[in-house]
Amino acid sequence: MFRKFTLRVPRLILALALILLGAVCIFTLGKIHLIIAEKNLTSLGLLAGGLIFYIGIVLVISMFESETVLSIALLLPSMVAVAIFVYSFIGWSIRVSLSKWKGLNPDFTWVGLKQYYILFHNNPRFVIDVRNTAVFTVGFILGCLILGLGLAILLDQKLKGEALFRGIFLFPMSISFIASGVVWGWLMNPATGNRITGINLIFQTLGLKSFISLWHSTPQPWGMAFTVIPAVWQLSGFTMALYMGGMRSISDDLREAARVDGASEFQIYRYIIFPLLQPVTLSAVIILAHMSLKIFDLIVALGNKDIRLDVPGIYMWTTTFDGTNYAQGAAIGVLMLVSVAILVVPYLVHNMRTETQL
Amino acid sequence: MTRRVLTHTLFYIILIILAVFYLLPIYLMLLTSFKSFDQVDLKTMWSLPTNGLHIANFIAGYKQLAPNINNSLMMVIPEAILSSLLGSLNGYLLAKWKFRGSNLVFTLILFGMFIPYQSILIPLVKFMQAIKLYGDIPGLVLVHIIYGIPITTLIFRNYYAGIETEILDAGKIDGAGLMGLYRYIMFPLSAPSFAVVIIWQFTQAWNEFLFAVVLTNQSHWPVTVALNNLAGSQLVQWNVLMAATLLAALPTLLLYLFLGRYFLRGLMAGALKG
Repeated sequence: MFRKFTLRVPRLILALALILLGAVCIFTLGKIHLIIAEKNLTSLGLLAGGLIFYIGIVLVISMFESETVLSIALLLPSMVAVAIFVYSFIGWSIRVSLSKWKGLNPDFTWVGLKQYYILFHNNPRFVIDVRNTAVFTVGFILGCLILGLGLAILLDQKLKGEALFRGIFLFPMSISFIASGVVWGWLMNPATGNRITGINLIFQTLGLKSFISLWHSTPQPWGMAFTVIPAVWQLSGFTMALYMGGMRSISDDLREAARVDGASEFQIYRYIIFPLLQPVTLSAVIILAHMSLKIFDLIVALGNKDIRLDVPGIYMWTTTFDGTNYAQGAAIGVLMLVSVAILVVPYLVHNMRTETQL
Repeated sequence: MTRRVLTHTLFYIILIILAVFYLLPIYLMLLTSFKSFDQVDLKTMWSLPTNGLHIANFIAGYKQLAPNINNSLMMVIPEAILSSLLGSLNGYLLAKWKFRGSNLVFTLILFGMFIPYQSILIPLVKFMQAIKLYGDIPGLVLVHIIYGIPITTLIFRNYYAGIETEILDAGKIDGAGLMGLYRYIMFPLSAPSFAVVIIWQFTQAWNEFLFAVVLTNQSHWPVTVALNNLAGSQLVQWNVLMAATLLAALPTLLLYLFLGRYFLRGLMAGALKG
């Protein structure tokens, strides 16, 4: 591996200086706290010391002129960070979910799958959550795909003002779910009679009385379906952008050839463009589905912890941090992870395999 | 030809109806935020403000959110810069210096982008408490950088994969090593990708809620948490709330308006294919 070693004296001096400085940092901060502006930043200082130390080591490694080793060495901090913050934390969560930790003091007493059993048996709240997630996911994906594809086709017609429309359909993506939930909560005000307001008021003024709706206060499970509206408002533009990207990559020659063969515009979409857009649809479904399985902030802002609009993300949050039932919260978190993993892992593995062949 | 005109008119009608739907919330926000409180009535929700524009709402909204806007800025700016630098280095190595198993490493990193953060939340909170970075902005910055590694690496890797390797070969002949090639060839070519990643990370961190609400205490709340709290309070002054919401959404809206091109590319990169 180390075919060659070239000694570069200035680099070596720098490397040794950094290693020494880093070591001194770590050693000192191990004994004294670093307080800046009344904030205890000891651990950030340790991190910085570690990084200085590590850069010194990398400089030494770089003199061995093995690109592979250097490449791995440079990737190491990110790999370690992900290993700790993603994989070890997942493992830790799984362990908590197999314990009976309730209350502020950790209690890792092994209870097996009891927490999962509790969720699936005699737990009306979790039943509501699963049903709500199902309703939301189906509505959200269908809404985004249909609207997104429709918009992409409309904007594919080379109309004037295309850029303006594209901008209008896409901008909600830049707004937070919280802000969007706040505004839509007001628009979808369920009050009736002389307190009628929001979109219902528009319907009343326009004489469209039958459109007046209780929105997300509609009896479940259909109330949940209305929470899809703000979500689709935010992400259908994104889906549109995905489809537009896909359509751009289909060459005009292909369409022209079909036209020469006498195909109608409709047939061109039906037999040429739609089949070629299938990979885009797959990507879109994966992205939208994983978002909807972990939907959280939108429902928080819209539903104000209304139990009828509960989803696993909120259940996990309240159970863990308001109810201090850590074991139960961890179990919900792990179940959310499993639902996402079933969807995403095959996709990632497939992507990795096809990449390797190239 | 007339048929074409007819279908085009139809298309425009559909597009305009949809555009109204997309603009409705923004219209309502603008409308309400310029009204005085006595005009914010259920009945007149959609009427234009009659007695002048009330800029005072924005001042009141700003007064309520100013510390939180400041917190958000203190968090988002270092976060966006540091995570783009890290992502750039990772992307370069994973695109141009592949080793055995580098695709596996990439895929394992990428998985971190999809996980529901509820599944790591308890260990994260305990860990941040243990290293005494709980409750404050620096801790939140660190968390956003680390969980931003997957997406930033992905965007940069896709971008660098599209740059011809021949350019690097030329540099190698001139005697540049791995870091030299990055420093003198790749990094100067990366400006568009940096724009994408910085905007993306800025927007994500600015709009993020779960980490913010769990990892900070009240005096360090970022703007999303404060806004949610404001909206949930008993007596809601809708005109001030709408002004506040608008202020909270303004930085990302402006980014989108002026740098929408890059914003879009960030979205597309999230779809895995570069």
